[in-house]
Amino acid sequence: MKPAPFTYHRARSAEDAVERLAAGDGMARLLAGGQSLVPMLNLRLAPAADLVDIGAIESFRRHEELPGALRIGACVTHGTIQRGEIPDPANGLMARVAAGIAYQAVRNRGTIGGSMALADPSADWVSLLVALDATVEWVGQQGAQQGPAAGFMLGAYTTRLDFSDVLTALVIPRLSSNARFGYYKICRKTGEFASSLAAVINDRQRRYSRVVLGATGGAPIILGETSLLLATAPRWNQAMPDEIIAAFNQDILHTGRDFSEVALSQHRASVVRAVKESLI
Amino acid sequence: MVNITLTLNGKKIQAEVEPRLSLADFLREQQRQHSVHLGCEHGVCGACTIVMNGQIARSCIALAAALDGADIWTLEGLDADPTIAVLRDTFHEQHGLQCGFCTPAMLITAREIVSSKAELTEAGVREALAGNICRCTGYAGIVRAVLSAGERLRQPGAAAAAGATTGTQSRGSH
Repeated sequence: MKPAPFTYHRARSAEDAVERLAAGDGMARLLAGGQSLVPMLNLRLAPAADLVDIGAIESFRRHEELPGALRIGACVTHGTIQRGEIPDPANGLMARVAAGIAYQAVRNRGTIGGSMALADPSADWVSLLVALDATVEWVGQQGAQQGPAAGFMLGAYTTRLDFSDVLTALVIPRLSSNARFGYYKICRKTGEFASSLAAVINDRQRRYSRVVLGATGGAPIILGETSLLLATAPRWNQAMPDEIIAAFNQDILHTGRDFSEVALSQHRASVVRAVKESLI
Repeated sequence: MVNITLTLNGKKIQAEVEPRLSLADFLREQQRQHSVHLGCEHGVCGACTIVMNGQIARSCIALAAALDGADIWTLEGLDADPTIAVLRDTFHEQHGLQCGFCTPAMLITAREIVSSKAELTEAGVREALAGNICRCTGYAGIVRAVLSAGERLRQPGAAAAAGATTGTQSRGSH
């Protein structure tokens, strides 16, 4: 339960971190809040020869108001978002989701950028940021790059980041004041990773409706048919669950992915409940 | 080896640590802070919870080398903390412990729970304690102890009494 030896470097800037990672030949790892990496090091599940600590980089802890969006530095903690110490571009949804991540002692240290870069399939931000149509920003040996959160995660623990890339910030579009949303997570125990989660944004003023299924064992899934249904749905009524499930089944068929009956019934339940919240 | 300077229980300390040394092992082995207990060593049981820069954190999944400049409080340093004093009483009265292994971290977590401005409910306290595992009590006594401390600290006049303190309150809490 003690990590194998590694070297430690406190990075002064994103560029410094990129340089160190590149020099590490794929065996160097970034340390942000450490709430996933250090347990994995303790359990010796994650091999690392060098740790590059980005926790002391000032700019990574900042946020910045942009026209119609908020840029959040990679090392802003879940706790900071939960307590509303930075503005919430999603009208309170980000704070609520942050409050449901792990435990307070973990939220106080774990970071939004670390969670995105790790890409644990059951994590909250990887799915919510797809639902919010966020943009991921990173720097690497080729300079600064960015891309939509949708498609950033390629599979379990795999993203578009190369081994020497450093995620720097997330840009989250601001929801309209009358936007509706829903979020539902199925967890066996408070603070544990979810076995299913659904994130729903219905911002008709911006003509934007999206339903995302998370905790799928791989990348989050944008449910296209279900999103279409949401875009034109009236207020919640008795017929809705069946309509949502029909659209959901279509969406799952399109993905070609295979789920157990148990997983499917959990996913159906979380999607119906999250959509319901957004329409009531 | 990495050189670090940090504040432990209000005192500045300097140390040379191996990069892989956890904060928990640093506190226990090098600083003799034996209230820091190690259960799971991967951030699940909560027994190693300490106060870091004014907020609770897991010391078993923090690296000492990464904590240069941090402000750390363990239960040893919170001896005279007025909130801890009330919690000590209510844990005693409400049977909030048996073997005592989880107790230091329970007290530190409970201190943050009762210090929040939110209304304390049984469900809320249970949820907030979900990250601290107790294998003896079944939690009933611990939950009662936290609720009871919350009530006592929120009585009119309690805030003024808690404010007149040794300095640990302002530095150790958020």
